[in-house]
Parts: sequence; structure tokens; C-alpha cells
Amino acid sequence: MKQTILQARDLHVSFAGVKAADGVSLDIHQGEFLAVIGPNGSGKTTLLNLCTGYVRPKSGSVHLEGRDITRLTPRAIARLGVARAFQIPQLFSDQRVIDNMMLALAAKDGLWTMVRPLETAARREEARALLDLVGLADDKSRISSTLPEGHRKLLDIAIALALKPRLVLLDEPTSGVSSLERFPLMEALMGALRQRQMTALFVEHDMDVVARYANRVLVWNAGKIMAEGHPDVVFKDERVLQSVVGVA
Amino acid sequence: MRISLAVAAVLALAVAPILAPWLEFVLTLAIAKGFAALGVAILLRAGLISIGHAMFFAASAYGVAFLARAGINDFAALVALSVLAAGLAGAVVGAFLVRYRAIFFAMLNLAVSMVFYALFAKLYGVTGGTDGMAVPVPSVFGIVLSEPAFKNTLFYGSLTLMVLVGLGVHRYLDSPLGHALSAVHTNEVRLEYLGIPVWAVLLIAYVVSAALAGLGGAITGFAIGRVVPDFAFWTASGQLVLVAVLGGIGGVPGAFIGALFLELLHSAAVTVTDAWNLIVGAALIIVIMFLPKGLYGLLARRAAVAK
Amino acid sequence: MSNTVIPLLLDSLASAALIFFAAVGLTLVFSVLRVLNVAHGSLYSIGAYVAASICLFIVSRQLSPYLSFVALLFSAVFVAALFGPLIERTLIRWTYGKSEAVQILITFGLFLILEDVQRMVFGVQSLYEDAPMRLLGTSLIGGVVYLNYQIVLIGMAILVIIGLRLLIRHTRLGRLITAVVADREMAQSIGIDTNRIFILAFSLGVFLAALGGALAVLTSGVAPGLGADTMVLAFAVAAIGGLGQIEGAAIASLIVGFVRVLAIYYVPALDAVAPYAAMLIVLLIRPYGLFGSVTARRI
Repeated sequence: MKQTILQARDLHVSFAGVKAADGVSLDIHQGEFLAVIGPNGSGKTTLLNLCTGYVRPKSGSVHLEGRDITRLTPRAIARLGVARAFQIPQLFSDQRVIDNMMLALAAKDGLWTMVRPLETAARREEARALLDLVGLADDKSRISSTLPEGHRKLLDIAIALALKPRLVLLDEPTSGVSSLERFPLMEALMGALRQRQMTALFVEHDMDVVARYANRVLVWNAGKIMAEGHPDVVFKDERVLQSVVGVA
Repeated sequence: MRISLAVAAVLALAVAPILAPWLEFVLTLAIAKGFAALGVAILLRAGLISIGHAMFFAASAYGVAFLARAGINDFAALVALSVLAAGLAGAVVGAFLVRYRAIFFAMLNLAVSMVFYALFAKLYGVTGGTDGMAVPVPSVFGIVLSEPAFKNTLFYGSLTLMVLVGLGVHRYLDSPLGHALSAVHTNEVRLEYLGIPVWAVLLIAYVVSAALAGLGGAITGFAIGRVVPDFAFWTASGQLVLVAVLGGIGGVPGAFIGALFLELLHSAAVTVTDAWNLIVGAALIIVIMFLPKGLYGLLARRAAVAK
Repeated sequence: MSNTVIPLLLDSLASAALIFFAAVGLTLVFSVLRVLNVAHGSLYSIGAYVAASICLFIVSRQLSPYLSFVALLFSAVFVAALFGPLIERTLIRWTYGKSEAVQILITFGLFLILEDVQRMVFGVQSLYEDAPMRLLGTSLIGGVVYLNYQIVLIGMAILVIIGLRLLIRHTRLGRLITAVVADREMAQSIGIDTNRIFILAFSLGVFLAALGGALAVLTSGVAPGLGADTMVLAFAVAAIGGLGQIEGAAIASLIVGFVRVLAIYYVPALDAVAPYAAMLIVLLIRPYGLFGSVTARRI
């Protein structure tokens, strides 16, 4: 039995009267690539928000490797090894790409080093390696706000990876990325995740990506998990096809 | 940073009072203001404008006066202790203030500084009220000096501190903590998601900036020989803001260059007009509207306004 | 004990009225323009200086003292007409769409400028003329002698609150303002002349500030430094009530007025610090004021 990294139980949360999570429970197992699909506006991002402490559930709990993280702040949860990539890339937009990476790496190392500069040879190398992984090596000296949307997305993901997390949560990693680059990105990403034995949960709209890379799929609808299982199985489910069709 | 240029500048400053003795006082004051403005500039990196920073400047100067009155007579001890006091005051005030940003941060700093001013001005029995307190000439490493000799020592001491402390601050700004400071302004949320405690980053910056303002205040107290409540008045904070904004993009040297420029301008202006605040205010507006180089980051950001 | 309750309450109300006048302009301008005018206090003190000068002139020429009351109103209108559109068009308008830091720096620069302008025009003396106030006499309320002027102040404050409410809810201008406050870009795109609204709103804010200063002249006069003191007081009140909330400012004024008078009665040394202590306590519990809110960043 694979070890459970994240365990959510009976989560309830609503916004302005709409139930974004209606008694949701799920387990994420070590080494899994779990995809979450569902119609737009069904609250998939809320699931990520609940797991990273951005939103507190009205009731229910979230445990990370046995530890209750339901009421922790995003900062505390990040320190515990959960990294997040965002739907709208959250970057330090006036900094160069490589500076963004180095700050993320320094955050992981611990910031309390006022006597050593941010930019060290070791850190620069590590940053370059990560940028290479996502295909941004050529852009490393560009100011991140000048990058095209897809590249900013990639940088956002790279920053999350810089934290060397146990669990990485990706909010639509391929949206904004051109179809040509989509599969190379996912290949590289998945390779890196596997190599570093990271677990991933990703919200996704592209069904091809889900079919190819996810080993488990959760179908989210109206705050509940409508279906769950291996992509091959889930994509044959009538209810899923009905509710999710037209989304990809 | 062009090292040769910096060395040349420092040497020029060191030599200047030999050529023109009246410059020594102005330059000492300029260096002191430079420290304080550097403090404001550090916070400016995080997008936080302290329009009340003179309170730490004054607190330290009063600290020197009180310690001297209590019998401590050593220059180094007086400076060290009063800077420490300013830093401590910064920690206390900062603990509350770093929860806030932009408008609230600025106004709360102003409000607290007005309270400091009111205390200094009104507690006549303790602080001498509007007459202020004397700052006697201390002994330097055990040697008792005449006043002119002390003023020389003060100048060269300040110059040395400018270099040493300046290097230290440069190091700080170059470190991960310093970069995180700028990042607070750009994307605070992301910092939190990187596991970085933003409040701690800001509090450290606030304490450092208060200590720097304190260093400036102590030096000024010694240079003038007196400390008065006006040291804490909001218009004094205004000058620090102007220097910080002027020197903005220049980092550490920028603050001192800006202070020097302003102090020389002040010396010139005072002979012609009384309206120094008007000049400072107008200069501030002009710099922001027409010289955005120091503020490019601030200007480029769209207002994060509630819709 | 009951001897002090009534005067305490009445004094608090009068104090609250003046404090309200100091703060309402600031919070109104923030509400419509989204700009915190750091120079707000200066406009209050300029209003006070103009009013004091005119009142002293009236008294020295032995004209009818009732003219002083007209003078107060006139001062406010004068200051608003002179400074409102000018400041809005040249400085404030430039800050729209820019970061709050820019806003703060520009209005702070203005604060510095106006401080010296005031000093150059009016000098460094304090001015005080309470003859018109004494003219109104006193009343006996609950066994305590009470200045009728204080009652006038309370009445005027209430008038302003009602007036603003009527303006916002029942006039066309009010509807335009509400639209601009709710969604500036949307308002522009449906053809509302936002520039005109901004000039009007800002000038109204200046008017209220100057009026506050003018009204206060009769009770406490004007001295250099009034601008800065008023600025932080106005901010403290606006912050307690929630920036941009007019009704919040009214309630905050009551709180601060009460706390201040309480201090004057029992711990006079702390009377200047009392408003800030109140602000500190409120902000510790509700960081953005009683009725304020902050928009959370959407990710």
C-alpha cells in the first residue's frame, strides 16, 4: 500500500452561498500524478486553495503525512513541503527570470544569510538547471514581465519546483502554453517529478494531457467528486462525458 | 559599483575640509542625513514610505543627551548605545507597523512620529521641552579633546562609518533578505507561498532602517552640540524622504549623494529664503513627476485599487 | 457622579462634531478618488487662518460680529474654490492609476509646500478670536452651563451627515458619484465625466476641511502646526471608521471625541495621545477600521 501524502476529509466551504466544496474527501498517494478535471467554475481551484491554506474550510480536515494542516497559513504549509503553481502566473515581474529562480532557491535554503549574496555560483547553476528543465534557459536574463504568457507560466512552475517539495500542486499547468510546447513541457515536468520522487496534483482542462500523464483522475462537479479512477476508466463514464464534454 | 569612482569620492570628501574648513560641518550633517535617508530608502524598496522616520533620528540624539547626562562620556559607547536604542524603538514600533502597507504604513509612521515629537516637546522636565538638551563633547577612546579637535574626529569618524556601514548595508541589500524586501512590493503572496515570513523580512528591514536613522541622529547631535524636538518634526522626515527618493536608484551611494546635494543646497538656500519646506516639497513633486528613474518600479505599478 | 456624566457627554458631542469636520473631507475624498490626501490637514489650517484673519478684521473694524459667522462660511468656500480645482487638476489627477506610494509622495510634497505658504502668508503667531462665539451665549442643560456655539457645532455636523447622505442617495450628482465609486472604468465607459466628478468631490472635501478649521477658530484658534496635528487626527478618525466610510467617520468621531474628553477630565496629560491610543486598539482588533475592508488578491 502506497504511503498517503495528503488526506482530505469531508471538506465543506462556500462562497457567497455557492458550495465550492461539499463534503469532499480524497487521498493523494506518494508518487502519484493525480489530475482534477471538471467544468469551469466548479471550484477546482478551491481544492488547491484548501490544500495550501489560502482558504479555510468551514468544516473538515486536511492532513499532510499525518499532520493536520487545515488551519495552517500558506507559508507554514509551503515550509512543510507543499509547493504551488498558479493559474495566473505569480512572479516577481520586475526581476529577471534567473533572479526569480534564485530567490525561490534561497527561500528553500533559508533566508537568514545576510552576509552572503543572493547570487552565488552554486545557486546560479541550480537555477539554470531548473530553467533548462522547463525550457526557459534562453530567457534567463530577461525581465519576467516581458515574457510571453506561456513562458511566464513555465517560470511559475519552475519556481514551485525550486522549493524541492514533496507535493506540488499545479493549477492548469498547460493553459497558456502553445500546443507545440505542451507535450515537451509535460514530458520534462513529469520526468523531473519522477526523478525527484515528487507527488503532483494538477488541475487540468486538456484531456489529452490528462489521459497521457495522470495515473488517477478526479472528476469535480458542483463541489463534489463525481467520479474517480484511472483515466481510461473515467473517460468512458457517461456522466463524466456529459458534464465535462466541451471543456477541453 | 565603480569602485575607483567611489574611492575617489571618499578621498575627495576626506580632503575637502582641509581646503575649505567651513565644509566640515556641512559634510558631517550631510553624512548623518545620508544614514537616515538610507534607512528610509531601505523601506522604500519594499514599497513602504515612512514619512515619520525622523522620530528615530531624534530618539537616538536624545539618547546620547540622556546617556551623557547619566555620566557616560565615551564617544563610541554613546554612539553604539543610542543606535541600539533607536533600533529597539524601531523593533517596538515596527512590530505594529509592518502589518500595514502603503497608505496606512505611511500615515501610521507619521502619527507615531508626531507622538514622539509631542513627548519631546512637552515633557519639559525631562527633555528640556522646546529648548532641547545639550550634547556635550565626549572623550574619544579615553582621550579628552578640544571642541574643534572633536569635530574633526567626528567628521572623519562619520566618513569611516559611512564606508563601513555603507558596505554592510550593501551586503544586506544584496543578500536573500534584501532581495526578498523588493519582492514584497512586487508579489507578497508569492513570497508567502515560498515559505518566507514577510512580516519578519519587513521587521528586520524596519529595525535596520531605524538604527541607521539613529546613527544619523547621534552624529547630528554631536555635530550641533544640541538636540531639540524639531529633530523629530514631520518636516524633518520630509527631507529624509526627498533624499531617499532622489538617491533612489543609486542604492547606498545614492542616499549619501542625495544628502550631500540637499545639504549643500540648504546651505545656499538659507541665505536667500526661509521657505525650505516649500523647496523640499516642490522638489519631491518634481522628482516624482519628472525624474522617475529612482522610482521606476513604483510608477510602473498600477494602483491596486478596490473596484 | 451624575454631575460629570452630562457635561462629559455634551462635551464629547461637541468635540466629536469638530473632529468629524476635520475627518469627513479626508474620508470623502478617499471614497471617491481613492486618494488619501496627506495635505488635508493643511487645508483645514488654511481655512482656519483665513477665517481667523477675517474675524479679527471684523472685530477690529467694529463691524457687526454676526458677520463673523458669514466669514466662516465664506472662508471655507474661498479656500475650496481656490485650492480645490487647482490641486485636483495639477497634482491629484496625475496620480490616478499610479501606485499608492506615488500618491503619498505627491500629497506629502504638497503638505510641505502648503506649510511654508501658510507661514509666509499668515506668519507664525497664533490667532484667536472668540467674541463671535461668546455672542451666542450659553444655555443651561442638565444643570450645566453649555456654550450655545457647541450646540451649533453639533447641529452643523449632523446637517453635514444628513446633507451628504441626501446628496449621495437622492440627487443625480449623487448617483454619478456612486457609479464612479463603484467602478471607475465602467462609469467612464458609459460616458460619465469622471473628471468633473473628481474635481467636485475633491473640492467638496477641501470645503469641509476648511469649514472645520474655520469653525474651530472660534473655540480654539489657530497656530502653526495645526495642520499636522489635524492631519494625523483626521487620519486616526478615518482609519477607525474605515477609510472612505462617511458614516464610519461619524461613529469614529464620537468614539474619539469621547475618549479625548475622558482624558481631559481625568488624565489631562494624555489628551493628545488618547485618539491614537483609541486608533491602536481599534486597529489591533479590526486592522482596516470598523467599517473598512481590504480587497484580497485573487489568485
